[in-house]
Amino acid sequence: MTLDKVKKGQVVKITGIPNEMVRVQAIRFGISEGTVVVCREVVPAGPVVVARNKQEIAIGRSLARTILVEPC
Amino acid sequence: MEGNIPAGNKKIVLVGNPNVGKSVFFNALTGLYVDVANYPGTTLDIACGRCSSDVVFDTPGIYGISSFNVEEEITRDIILSADVVVNVVDAVHLERDLFFTLQIIDMGVPLVVALNMVDEAGREGLKINVQLLEELLGVPVVATVAVENAGMDELKRKICLARPGRVEPFLLERLSRLSPPLSRAEALLVLEGDPAVSRRCGVQPGKERDALYRNRRERVNRIVARVVEESRAGAGIAARLGHWMILPVTGFPLLLFTLWLVYELVGVFIAQIVVDLTESIMTGYYEPAVRSLIGALVPPGSVLNTILAGQHGLLTMTVTYLIGLLLPLVTGAFLVLSVLEDSGYLPRIATLIDRILSWLGLNGQAVIPLILGFGCVTMACITTRLLGSDRERRLAIFLLALGVPCSAQTAIAASVLAGPGASYMALYILFMFSIVVCTGILLNRFLPGRPSPLLIELPPLRLPRLQNVLRKTWNKSYSFIKEAFPLFAGGMLFLGVLDIFGLLQQIRNLLAPITVNWLHLPAEAADIFIMGFIRKEFGAAAVLDLQMLPLQKLVIILTLSLTVPCIASTMVIFKERGWREGLLIWSAVLAMAFFIGGVAARLLEAFSQAGAVQTPALFGMIILCLAAVLVFARLPLSGKAS
Repeated sequence: MTLDKVKKGQVVKITGIPNEMVRVQAIRFGISEGTVVVCREVVPAGPVVVARNKQEIAIGRSLARTILVEPC
Repeated sequence: MEGNIPAGNKKIVLVGNPNVGKSVFFNALTGLYVDVANYPGTTLDIACGRCSSDVVFDTPGIYGISSFNVEEEITRDIILSADVVVNVVDAVHLERDLFFTLQIIDMGVPLVVALNMVDEAGREGLKINVQLLEELLGVPVVATVAVENAGMDELKRKICLARPGRVEPFLLERLSRLSPPLSRAEALLVLEGDPAVSRRCGVQPGKERDALYRNRRERVNRIVARVVEESRAGAGIAARLGHWMILPVTGFPLLLFTLWLVYELVGVFIAQIVVDLTESIMTGYYEPAVRSLIGALVPPGSVLNTILAGQHGLLTMTVTYLIGLLLPLVTGAFLVLSVLEDSGYLPRIATLIDRILSWLGLNGQAVIPLILGFGCVTMACITTRLLGSDRERRLAIFLLALGVPCSAQTAIAASVLAGPGASYMALYILFMFSIVVCTGILLNRFLPGRPSPLLIELPPLRLPRLQNVLRKTWNKSYSFIKEAFPLFAGGMLFLGVLDIFGLLQQIRNLLAPITVNWLHLPAEAADIFIMGFIRKEFGAAAVLDLQMLPLQKLVIILTLSLTVPCIASTMVIFKERGWREGLLIWSAVLAMAFFIGGVAARLLEAFSQAGAVQTPALFGMIILCLAAVLVFARLPLSGKAS
């Protein structure tokens, strides 16, 4: 499934980030393919906020639609 | 810059992620001041200063080096020429920050790590084993709390102990296989596919970035797992507030409350109470004193007297406007912006309204320039650099130039429209809002390309340090006034000279067809537009002296707000977008301003009876137009998509 389908509080594993620029930026933030993140917030019709430990990142809805995740 | 370093002295470079407190280190090491802000991209110019006999360079906050944006390129080149790198890392965000640290270690540059904000980490329930971290990284690590000056002396002592850190043997072996042999730092960047460094070294960029980055990420995670001990999951009040800020249900009320506070502070307290006081001091005491002094030295009625102390006097009106009107307004605006920047609220506003801005072809990050624009359009245009794509920078600058009135202007609009009443103010806001929204929607529809998606870090919410906020406010206000003074004085001198030679009347006559026939304004309004070119808020201030109908006041304020901002912002637009595009933006905005002004004048007249505007009917009409544009822009797009 894709990241925009994730619900608040759900823990998911990132399995694919197709866009290269986004992949590089995300790995610097601490999130790479294989990382387990928790969904902190889903702004209605807006960005998805994911967190890994203390690090929080807001991901725009259109970008979240391209990121592959699997529940765990 | 580099030529000034005496031989034998070190070039020390401060690097780190955004919001780690790097600038505070710079101040502590050099005693010089630079901007401190809790937002990515605020330290754009490279500051440098002296620390005993060494030279210290500050760099923009970045998450790693390569060639993704100007900040990374600048930092990369400064690191390549550095003797010692001081890497400031945020103890709360070790996982994020050590990624950059390991990149520098892989480059083989002598390094010292400042583990900053250990106090905050303690409050978050994190315990960090500094000794073990030092051992695993292979470089000196100093725990610091920069804002309280803790650990700074130890850091200064350890700078001379800087050394290259521990690297994986496989990487060294891989780097040595590159031919021709390059310096280790360059070789690493080439392997990671940095196009600029590869070109410089005359080799093909490597294709191993993904693998190297993944390896580095795994190393960081391993190190963090060993050195960080989490005693409890601390969800403090700041974390909860941070979540309320991005949820629409609570976020919009919080945003409205914040904007109301800002309005009460800048729009009411400063723009009315403080400015009344400062202006009355200037016109009541300062101006008469200057007039009598000048009158005693230069005979009244002479050319020199008119220039110095006449209607547009250099020593009278210019100084009154600058000190009595602009200084308090600008200080207020910068105070608010500094608090917003340092607190970490801005990225959360960006997240909250990302969806709304996507209609205008922007992502949530554009909220920063747009909000800053209400402080100063010039400054806001510079911050458009933090936007992801060229298309967004173009869009944001156009909207800033057209529809975002700066602090001084908003305040003057408020005082001019206070006479005619609240319904006029509401009409003004609705007009401006609809124009910005329509322009954004239409530009997004017709400019090639797509909006780039939001990917932004939410820094921890922090209570801004009073000292930092005040320092920053003072610095920005001071440089604003310093920069504005010659422009104002020049403009005033220009007007004074024009007036003396009777040329003002001729320009007025030339502009008359536009001001009188198209905008339905008195001929003197031409002065305001001429002054407006020199400094937008300056022209707006002159509106107060003109006798006009309420309806005319609204039209002129509207037109002035829409024209391209002052000379300073025009110059910045040209600098950011290049001459050709700058000129295009500039003339398009000017044409639109006058066109819309005329249309507004006719609309207002059509909707008024016996001199009073039928506000509800006009409101309905504007909202209908807005809806029509929305539908028009959405329909063909969805048609294309299906």
